[in-house]
Amino acid sequence: MLEYRVEIALWAISGIIPFFMLNIWTNNNLNESINISDTLLSRYFLSAFFVRQFSVVWVVFSFEEDSIMGKVSPYLIQPLNPFFRYFAQHLAEQITRFPFALIIAFFFFIFNPESIWIPNLGILLLSIVSTFLSFLIQFLIQSVVACLCFWTEKASSIERLLFIPTLFLSGLLAPVVSFPSYVKSWIYLTPFPYLIDFPANLLSGNETNISGGLIMQILWIFILFPLFKKIWSEGTKKYTAMGS
Amino acid sequence: MVQNIIDVKNLSKSFDISSKEPGLKGTIKHFFRRQTKSLKVIKDISFEIKEGEIVGFLGANGAGKTTILKMLCGLIYPSEGSIMVSGYLPFRRKENFLKNITLIMGQKQQLIWDLPPIESFYLNASIYDIDKFEAKKRIKKLSEMLEIDEELFIPVRKLSLGQRMKSELLAALIHEPNILFLDEPTLGLDINAQRNLRKFLQKYNKETNATICLTSHYMKDITSLCKRVICVHEGAISYDGKLDLLLKKLSPVKEILIVCRSEEDAIKLENCGFNVKNKIKNEITIIIENNSITSSLKTILNNFDIEDLFINEPPIDEVIGKVLIKKDYDI
Repeated sequence: MLEYRVEIALWAISGIIPFFMLNIWTNNNLNESINISDTLLSRYFLSAFFVRQFSVVWVVFSFEEDSIMGKVSPYLIQPLNPFFRYFAQHLAEQITRFPFALIIAFFFFIFNPESIWIPNLGILLLSIVSTFLSFLIQFLIQSVVACLCFWTEKASSIERLLFIPTLFLSGLLAPVVSFPSYVKSWIYLTPFPYLIDFPANLLSGNETNISGGLIMQILWIFILFPLFKKIWSEGTKKYTAMGS
Repeated sequence: MVQNIIDVKNLSKSFDISSKEPGLKGTIKHFFRRQTKSLKVIKDISFEIKEGEIVGFLGANGAGKTTILKMLCGLIYPSEGSIMVSGYLPFRRKENFLKNITLIMGQKQQLIWDLPPIESFYLNASIYDIDKFEAKKRIKKLSEMLEIDEELFIPVRKLSLGQRMKSELLAALIHEPNILFLDEPTLGLDINAQRNLRKFLQKYNKETNATICLTSHYMKDITSLCKRVICVHEGAISYDGKLDLLLKKLSPVKEILIVCRSEEDAIKLENCGFNVKNKIKNEITIIIENNSITSSLKTILNNFDIEDLFINEPPIDEVIGKVLIKKDYDI
């Protein structure tokens, strides 16, 4: 069982990019250019870490492997869409990650005591909802890409293309507010800032348009879900049950 | 009258296959101008299967047996023709259709690798809307039939292939399907495990009147389970009928080993006009056609001093092997 515990700890540690970014920002005083204090910035990146822990998705890789290995076939003849299995796996892993994320946060506060804050209950609940919506958007985006396995067999290559805008525009490396205003205006039309930037700003207490952000998250879910259903229905007609 | 549960008419399936020449030049050519061609793997086949029947699909590798099973259970979409299984179009994968069927593929697993099989059984029970009490009852019944007990609580990765296959079967049957599609279910199993699996399938068919469609390269699976076989050759049906009839047609003779009291008798018998396969001292093997076996034996027993006599069927693998390479059997 030891290997499982180590694996779970590694999952949690693997999401510490926001802390590296915080270090780069504060050491170079980059936050001064966007008028955010060190404390608010560290709260933002800790929140980004939390949001990332509970919204990270890898369904495209799981589905691609299962397709190639022929494991999708038995799932397809069960009265449940196989993506529900992957969805349940992600939720189960999020629950497993939770204590490790708390431990990392505990150590973060020890080294940054000035960053300690307790969000009010309403904001906390909205942040949880927003993080879950972020997870849903990412899950749907990756599910749409995963369905391309029915045509290309290597859908993860397409996912890697999406990873670049996700990395830069989601707020994982820098808060979206730090982008030039002409760039920001179109970034907010994409789903990316609603993956990390919006929920992280909400949780950390930074200024953000709460209702606008939540509406955009729901809107993207309404766009992506029918798209997923359509591509799934077309893809299964192309399925050749390779590997089985 | 027993109803047809599977009805297939003029079914065809084509796949687009791309080909690539070897080497760097071939790779570059393949990248910019991919050559693809449509390959018809199933060619206009029709057949019906009645409720409760066990039907074996025979054919060489790549003949199209598995593709037929995959279309019957709704995994892949047919290119032409129609399929009705239990009153449903399989490919639509309606919930009630899926609750009625199961597909078991040898060496392919649906059990969760790191968890004991019991966890997968309860997961499947939830997927098929079976309550926990009922699921427990079914697991108990099936595990008794399959003779597995402690294995239910050991992680799948620690189980032997035979134990795993039994667990796979239990997972695939927990929703008590009426139609079983089995693609080489005994692949890789040892002789005892194969025999137990066959016994289980016979029992399951008898108790539930389930229809079973089976492919296997082990002739023992076919001969002990299937009265009817469908032979598939290059995507077309070359024979559909009783296994007995096929064997009689393909092998209209029997080998008789006769042990004479003396070598003189054996020599006399050798010169009597029978088709002699071989003779070693007082033992002689002759080949007699099935339709003249009674009269020939009567002549031998009345005219020669016989110590012992053995009637042998030709090896079934040899006989069936002929089916796999020929196109038509007019029976």
